[in-house]
Amino acid sequence: MAADRTIGESALTRAVLITAAVALLLLLLVVPLTLVFVEALAKGGRAYLAALTAPETLSAVKLTLFVAAVAVPLNTLFGLCAAWCIAKFEFRGKEIVTTLIDLPFSISPVIAGMLFVLLFGARGWFGPLLVRHDISIVFAWPGLVLATVFVTFPFVARQLIPLMQQQGTSEEEAAIVLGANGVQTFLRVTLPNIRWGLLYGVLLCNARAMGEFGAVSVVSGHIRGLTNTMPLQVEILFNEYNSVAAFVVASLLAMLAVLTLALKRALEWRYRAELVPASGVPAS
Amino acid sequence: MSIEIAGLSKHFGAIAALDRIDLSIKDREFLAMLGPSGSGKTTLLRVIAGLEAPDEGALAIDGRDALDLPPRERRIGFVFQHYALFRHMRVADNVAFGLRIKPPHLRPSRRVIAERVRELLALVQLDGLGDRFPAQLSGGQRQRVALARALAVEPRVLLLDEPFGALDTKVRVELRRWLRTLHDRLGLTSVFVTHDQEEALELADRVAILNAGRIEQTGAPREIYDRPATAFVTGFLGEVNRLPCRVENGIARFADAALDVPKGLCDGEAFAFVRPHEIDLVAAHESAAGTAVVRALSVIGPRTRIHLDHGDHVLEADAERAAADALGLAPGVRVGIRFRTVRFYPKANGEPAAGERRCGSGG
Repeated sequence: MAADRTIGESALTRAVLITAAVALLLLLLVVPLTLVFVEALAKGGRAYLAALTAPETLSAVKLTLFVAAVAVPLNTLFGLCAAWCIAKFEFRGKEIVTTLIDLPFSISPVIAGMLFVLLFGARGWFGPLLVRHDISIVFAWPGLVLATVFVTFPFVARQLIPLMQQQGTSEEEAAIVLGANGVQTFLRVTLPNIRWGLLYGVLLCNARAMGEFGAVSVVSGHIRGLTNTMPLQVEILFNEYNSVAAFVVASLLAMLAVLTLALKRALEWRYRAELVPASGVPAS
Repeated sequence: MSIEIAGLSKHFGAIAALDRIDLSIKDREFLAMLGPSGSGKTTLLRVIAGLEAPDEGALAIDGRDALDLPPRERRIGFVFQHYALFRHMRVADNVAFGLRIKPPHLRPSRRVIAERVRELLALVQLDGLGDRFPAQLSGGQRQRVALARALAVEPRVLLLDEPFGALDTKVRVELRRWLRTLHDRLGLTSVFVTHDQEEALELADRVAILNAGRIEQTGAPREIYDRPATAFVTGFLGEVNRLPCRVENGIARFADAALDVPKGLCDGEAFAFVRPHEIDLVAAHESAAGTAVVRALSVIGPRTRIHLDHGDHVLEADAERAAADALGLAPGVRVGIRFRTVRFYPKANGEPAAGERRCGSGG
């Protein structure tokens, strides 16, 4: 149609805008990411492997995997429960619950970490009680898990709520009238309908859990080989001018990011109809 | 199975969705619940199914108190308005669902379930479509899958919420006749909700008309059409002209005419209800209820629809095309009108009818 040709900008304007956007992307995203790998391999593959197998690095990798392995399933469960309640039932105070779920997004992670120190630290509210029973939360792995759970709480729930709201409750009602009990309804009807959305949420939750710095930094205490996760290890190595080792650990995190992105894209491409994109999920 | 409903009420916040409903549905009856949107008909259906709990009242299915029974123990099949098929399951798995989730000691074997699914798909004329997903079916096919799925658990009562609402006209008419046959063949007790009066009148043994959470009237289709109990029912069943008039000493006065009214209608403002096909058009000088001027004509197949200016009001009349042509109707022509049947209702409310007056062909 003739009208279509006149809509939009001239070819020159378009070329300039696209070039600017691509240049900016290259400068801010692609170059730094490439640089991480270039720096990590600056002294050759052997040095890369050596840095990777250094005991402190290995323990940081293990701790990160452990924290994610606890926090992500917990948040998957919490997220499912929260989304199920909010999307499928009407109750008083629903708005408040919805707002609370978003709280971790609006609080600076450092503040979140400080809250846990304030609660469970030696001089915190529960400090004396914990000391008496010889339980350490802050400056130990339980603190890292708590901080990570807090920071990554919204990812699964935020992904599922719009999806479940859009799907409504009629399939569940159909299942109930046909004789299904609650568990059967959930496992056979609700869960299959949200599986790809759930996977997507878990993926984002996991990426954030492994990459979290601020909250974890406050509660960790930076005990080498004991309470340092990968992002904390990067900082320490970098501050010690051990840039190769720092970039080696950073490259692992970067690979995780690339892998997450690839999986996320694959899911979006394959199951677009079954993923209602949650809007406004801030990046870490 | 019979269904007995007594004094059933349900509120959503301050709104009464159901207001002291009494209704008894006989065994093997095909009952239509007809009403405008928001009249409470779907809520009533959901209460029967156990998907909503009433605030007060009683519900008995087959003589047994059913309010304490969970939905699965009520032996009810429910067909949802938008079918609510399990979108991630194939058609055959949808139909088999109710059988597969039975507790192990009641669950038929795989082979029996497969056979039953095959029978049901044949029953709803969907042979060979078991491997499709719901998204790959047309509206009418989805509707029949929903029906097969509901029938799989051998319910005694079938509840259908606007079963034909989302279908185009031709499919709708075919499907509803087929459903009626199925109902008779399987010996079911069926209740369906609709806002389409034609559907209700054609299909049902008995129609219950709901308005604002209350039942206005129940009766056989012919009975409620011929003897509507309230102004609401008269207005809701088919098209109707509503003429304001003033009743004085047993006579209703219109713009340029007067008619006797039945006994019992108090003096004061009232409405006369006349259906378009109950208006006879005659030559102007033969007039009984006054004259009117033709405003517009439209020909709909074998019939002619005539819009008339009658005083300050527009009347719609409906005549056979041949008759209309014979009168030489054209915009601007003045004609005489006669009302064959008029129903009067007092203006203030929709209280039970004061009665009706049959004028006969002579006026």
